[in-house]
Amino acid sequence: MSDGRSGPDAGRDVEAYAGLGDWTPESLAVAGEVRAVVSAPHPVLSRAGDEVDPTAEETVRLAADLVATMRVSPGCVGLAAPQVGVAARVFAVDVTGHPKAVTVHGTFVLCNARVVEATRWKPGREGCMSVPDLTGDVKRASRLVVEGDLPGTGAAVRLVTDGFEARALQHEIDHCAGLLFLDRVAGAHAVYQRKVYL
Amino acid sequence: MNELAITVIGRDRPGIVADVAEVLARLGANLTDSTMTRLRGHFAMTLICTGPDAAEVETALTPLAAEGQLLATVRAVTPDGEVAPAGEPYVLAVHGSDRMGIVAAMTRVLVDAGGNVTDLSTRLAGSLYVVLAEVELPSGVAEAVIGRLHRTAAELGVEVTLRPADPDLL
Repeated sequence: MSDGRSGPDAGRDVEAYAGLGDWTPESLAVAGEVRAVVSAPHPVLSRAGDEVDPTAEETVRLAADLVATMRVSPGCVGLAAPQVGVAARVFAVDVTGHPKAVTVHGTFVLCNARVVEATRWKPGREGCMSVPDLTGDVKRASRLVVEGDLPGTGAAVRLVTDGFEARALQHEIDHCAGLLFLDRVAGAHAVYQRKVYL
Repeated sequence: MNELAITVIGRDRPGIVADVAEVLARLGANLTDSTMTRLRGHFAMTLICTGPDAAEVETALTPLAAEGQLLATVRAVTPDGEVAPAGEPYVLAVHGSDRMGIVAAMTRVLVDAGGNVTDLSTRLAGSLYVVLAEVELPSGVAEAVIGRLHRTAAELGVEVTLRPADPDLL
């Protein structure tokens, strides 16, 4: 399981995977539009997203929109397609500058991403733009290997990360599978009213 | 819209939550926030619901208490207005040999610093006493509070930690 070569990945060439290379949101060559973010209990958040063609025009536009929407949302470090009402396996992440981040890959978008290795599980309290009034304690792997496709080029990538970026990736991959952090909270007393800060 | 605070306490058995929830649903009472746990084997549930008036709910819950094993109370409460802005969130953990006054002394330190306990559970297991609390503290006082908690804990012969519990928005 941990080598990620079983199941649907069987037969894929490990050597085909590379890092982000010189990919940036600008390489999408589309100006993203800010989309409205939906909140639970919207049904799109509880539905597994569809696999996408990373080179399709609509995927590229969606990727650009996710980046644009993430950038205008204060404190947002990741946004998945279901959060803007699209049941697709696409998400954007950017943990740049976050105090808990260790490894940082900058701003990127992944399509059809899946976790291939997850180790060193650690508890943490997380919130979500689509569940604005609650937070919860969730265990996430702090060492993570993820594979997916870059929008636009469709290049297969393999990202190795840790800490906060790993947590963000798992949260977004969950969104693409129709899962919220609420589906993974540690127990009956591990969901909290989100506080209104001073 | 009536807002009701209901408590159900008594000998635990399977089915109490379902029984209570069924009574409320039948009356058209909407269960909002609730918490339930077992305290030394006793069933303990506190919940807020909206809908019917208190007397009607109390009457409907009476059969549950008929065998004398459960006590249900119902009272109308006023919905909270604007919630005051919260302080910084922390989790307080205390453990050590059981003795009188641990909760009193430790929470007094928090209150004196302008803090507020928003969630609390305590457990006695053998001679080990454990306190866990969600706490909000005014900005900038945490370090001083930690010092005071340690002094108080030393007097009581228990261990204490206070750690930040701020969530990461993802």
